Amino acid sequence: MSDFPSTANVVVIGAGIVGNCLVGHLSDLGWTDMVQIDKGPLPNPGGSTGHASNFIFPVDHNKEMALLGVQSANQYRDLGLSVDSGGIEVARTPERMDELNRRMTSAKAWGVEAHLLTPAQVKEHVPFINDDVILGGFYCPSVSVVDSLETGTQMRKKAQEAGNLSVFANTMVTDLLTEDSHVPGQRKITGVVTDKGTIMADTVVIATGCWSNQTANLADAYIPLVPAVHQMADVGPMDILAETNNEIGYPIVRDMDTFCYERQSSGSMEVGSYAHRPILHHPDEIPSNEEAALSPTEMPFTPDDFDQQMEEAIELMDMLGDAEIKYAINGLLSLTPDAMPCLGEIPEVRNLWAASAVWVKEGPGMAQVVAEWMTYGYPRVIDAHASDIARFYEQEKSDDHIWARAEEHFNKTYGIVHPSEQWEGRRNLQVSPYFSRQEALGAEFFSARTWERPQWYKSNADLVERYGLEEREVEWDNRWWSPITLGEHLNLRENCGMVDLSAFQVYELSGPGAVAYADYLAVNKVDKPVGSSVYTPWLTPDGGFHSDLTMMRTAEDTVRIVTGVFDGGRDSFWVKKHLPETGVTFKDITLETTTLGVWGPNAPAVVGKLTDHDLSQEGSPYGSLRNVELQTADGPIQATLFRISYVGDTGWEIYTAWDNGPALWDALMEAGAEHGLRPTGGGVYGTSGRLEKGYRLMGAELESEYTPVEAGLARPKVKAADFIGKEAYLAAREAGPIAKMCTFTVEDNTDSQGRKRFMQGGNEPICTTDGEQILDSHGRVSRVCTAGPGPSVGKHLLLGYLPAEMAEVGADFTVMYMNELFPIKVAAIEGSVFDPDDTRLKG
Amino acid sequence: MRVLVCVKRVPAPGAKINVTADGQDVDTAHLGFAMSPHEECAVEEAVQIAERFEGDATVLTLGAPEAEEQLRYAASLGVQNAVLLSTDGTPWDPQRTARAIAAAITSLEADGGPFDLILFGNESADSGGYQVGIRVAHALGRPIVNAIKGIEPDIDGGLATAKREIDGGFELYSLPMPAVMGVKEGLNLPRYPTMRGRLASKKMDVTVMEAEGEAGGQGRVTLKQPPATESNMVKLGDGPEAAPAIVDLFEELGLL
Repeated sequence: MSDFPSTANVVVIGAGIVGNCLVGHLSDLGWTDMVQIDKGPLPNPGGSTGHASNFIFPVDHNKEMALLGVQSANQYRDLGLSVDSGGIEVARTPERMDELNRRMTSAKAWGVEAHLLTPAQVKEHVPFINDDVILGGFYCPSVSVVDSLETGTQMRKKAQEAGNLSVFANTMVTDLLTEDSHVPGQRKITGVVTDKGTIMADTVVIATGCWSNQTANLADAYIPLVPAVHQMADVGPMDILAETNNEIGYPIVRDMDTFCYERQSSGSMEVGSYAHRPILHHPDEIPSNEEAALSPTEMPFTPDDFDQQMEEAIELMDMLGDAEIKYAINGLLSLTPDAMPCLGEIPEVRNLWAASAVWVKEGPGMAQVVAEWMTYGYPRVIDAHASDIARFYEQEKSDDHIWARAEEHFNKTYGIVHPSEQWEGRRNLQVSPYFSRQEALGAEFFSARTWERPQWYKSNADLVERYGLEEREVEWDNRWWSPITLGEHLNLRENCGMVDLSAFQVYELSGPGAVAYADYLAVNKVDKPVGSSVYTPWLTPDGGFHSDLTMMRTAEDTVRIVTGVFDGGRDSFWVKKHLPETGVTFKDITLETTTLGVWGPNAPAVVGKLTDHDLSQEGSPYGSLRNVELQTADGPIQATLFRISYVGDTGWEIYTAWDNGPALWDALMEAGAEHGLRPTGGGVYGTSGRLEKGYRLMGAELESEYTPVEAGLARPKVKAADFIGKEAYLAAREAGPIAKMCTFTVEDNTDSQGRKRFMQGGNEPICTTDGEQILDSHGRVSRVCTAGPGPSVGKHLLLGYLPAEMAEVGADFTVMYMNELFPIKVAAIEGSVFDPDDTRLKG
Repeated sequence: MRVLVCVKRVPAPGAKINVTADGQDVDTAHLGFAMSPHEECAVEEAVQIAERFEGDATVLTLGAPEAEEQLRYAASLGVQNAVLLSTDGTPWDPQRTARAIAAAITSLEADGGPFDLILFGNESADSGGYQVGIRVAHALGRPIVNAIKGIEPDIDGGLATAKREIDGGFELYSLPMPAVMGVKEGLNLPRYPTMRGRLASKKMDVTVMEAEGEAGGQGRVTLKQPPATESNMVKLGDGPEAAPAIVDLFEELGLL
């Protein structure tokens, strides 16, 4: 084909909702000479967009999904390709009614109008519903139905008409060309081979929906998603629907407890289900456009899987029983191991991007995220860390893992999912050297991506009695929680606690350029004497948080990076992305190193039993690294004492070789026996200890939408060396904070039924005393980033941002939890509610 | 009035039909299954006749246990009884199939009385042999007409009128019942199952009989994929801009 291009600035593979919106956004952002290809015909190439239900419920507990849903809905509206049908989630059980109250809370957080309805009120909106089987409904007037095919077409044509895009349908990608990049083990994309010719391009985006991993595999890369069946049947006609003379005249009903929805489609009703058994497919099993009876992603209906849903649908809407099933499919959509999309540059191949596992409801917004990411180096519309494809570890990139996790979460699509809910399957992928000891102590393990971390130890149950602690009154608040964690906290404050920190992701930069490169990544100065450390943000080019971690000068030409397990993938990718061509070597030493934290007033006494090293502030100053020899029953071991604390009491992170771990554990346990040392779980380390000190956490308080100035993490001076985001950082310092991170105390946690309630940190809105939503001048909502107990201060604690002008210690606000308002007070801004002078910490 | 309709489970393919590596079958790995479109009309007609004359309709198929799906589909449309002549799923030639069906009908009629009408699809959607209905009718000694697009039973007269489309009109046949007919799409507009129909069909008992029939002379040698045909389609343009090219083409074709 003579007009088939041989080069392009960017090739976008896929012309579904995501690929189409992406080329439209990229064109708007100034990208030129783009080529978009799809193996199918246009406007419906046969992917999931073509059979999507096309409705958007804007309320989600997850911030990224909620705000990008709203963003997407608005983009559809702006094109005039959307109708606000309204939608009602109905409850059949008391548990679901509680969940609807939780939905009301999230609606408040995201500023979405919503109302709780009685069954009779539901019937006013949906006269054909059987209000005898429901207890109530959650009504959202801005639920919309969109035309995703036409939206995609218009976005694509916009780019074409601007002269920035050539489109080739019916064009099959047969290979992706790569070559080695300057980073060992990483390649870079160079071109796309199709059945119509080869296009050389420096940037390629995979937006091939269900086929994304198959496409990525052409470059020996991996996009962890699996095509999964979502069954739907179109039944009709029914007069009451036809009489509306509308595509959609009645609100969409989500029958949440049966995991089904009923959505009018002209004179018919589409019944869709997430209740059937998980039905997953390998991409090779998806037929071609020519082979498919309908379209490739409209696979043959398996009616046996749908019978239960039919019965329940008839129970809810009797008229459905006599309507004809005119069309029924096993429609394919994409599922990932953690139910979040796969966006961003694929770590294995430089400049090969993923825009995958995105549904119609988030398509335009997610496309905007990727377009901004490609243009500005990081998204601007929202922090997208939870969708970043770099978040995955190698063990998460296998069919076994993806299938198992997708099977586990498919039926939770409409489920009631607790913020702390743990995975059942695919556990123990990575355990620490202490795992058998922790199991013996009855550790309750929480998973952190692939790692297992004790949240509390049942062996500490005696502390509950010692400190007079109690279970929480309401099961929801008590779920995935134990008062033992309060006991461990109080024991740490009184005596000493030992925390397994092996899940830390530890990297090493070495070589003549290591320190300079480390300083280029970090806001704070790394180029300090050997044996010193720096706690520092890494910024996006726009000056928001990309990371928040510790960097240690371990040798003249060596810098160690220690970051959290939830951020390791993203942070290692960031290091590799910016790695200089020469002078710096990057190495992941996570599995060579293990870490135990020992903190509490007795920590010096405990550690002092293993070493003669001077453990005073003079001999082991705060923030310092000291290489020491520790005595264990197996003989002396080499270790590094890092005097630091994330819990507010004095102590050390002790680093040693992985294989020394068990000996170190045993030695500390033995030495600590007379000092009240207890193994202590993540409930203290990650929540209660941290919250009492107001320590921020990446991915919770710290996101790319906020700056160090707003998070209260800006140092008095700015280093001379250049670093990523410096210009924006300087501007933010100059402008001052738009918002400020605050610690709040819950002043009264008694609900209207007289029960004590405990916020979970699931984005509960922080409101005025009148219960009004609070937005800052950038439109960012005040919400709970982290919530948890403050056992040493006797109050439940919250971390969240307030507009700077409202952030004042002692100011009164409210927090909404389960659709009720509770009084809260700003207790600290840059300081902490516990030991604000840090006397215990540096003691 | 008793009506029997015979159906066959066939793959529901797309435009391209793949053949298994041994050339003996259609590759159904990613395909759904249905009854042949002519048979959907036969089922609809059976249901309508049974409704009109307060009779009953029975559906019968010969095939693997999976073919129960098609029986239940027919039941979801209103057929009251279902019979599976069970085989191991290997393809049976038309003679053998017809012998087994004729034997089964004889057995069923011995228990429940004769079927006034036995309906077949004119030909199956997969093998298109055009044989089974005729062979069954012959074996049972009953009259048959094929390519039928209209049926009007006259119970009192013991006759059924059958209408066949020919160039420029119709042929009308009058058959003494019990009779056999091979019907074609266009006979009626088949209904879709209702949700209640589907759920009721799940509870229906299927009579399972061992299919027995002596093999006939026709065997499958191999299936071959036809060579891909080059499309002669020429795109004249998009939207209004295509108009001049269309005018040129019309002129070329002498239409203007």
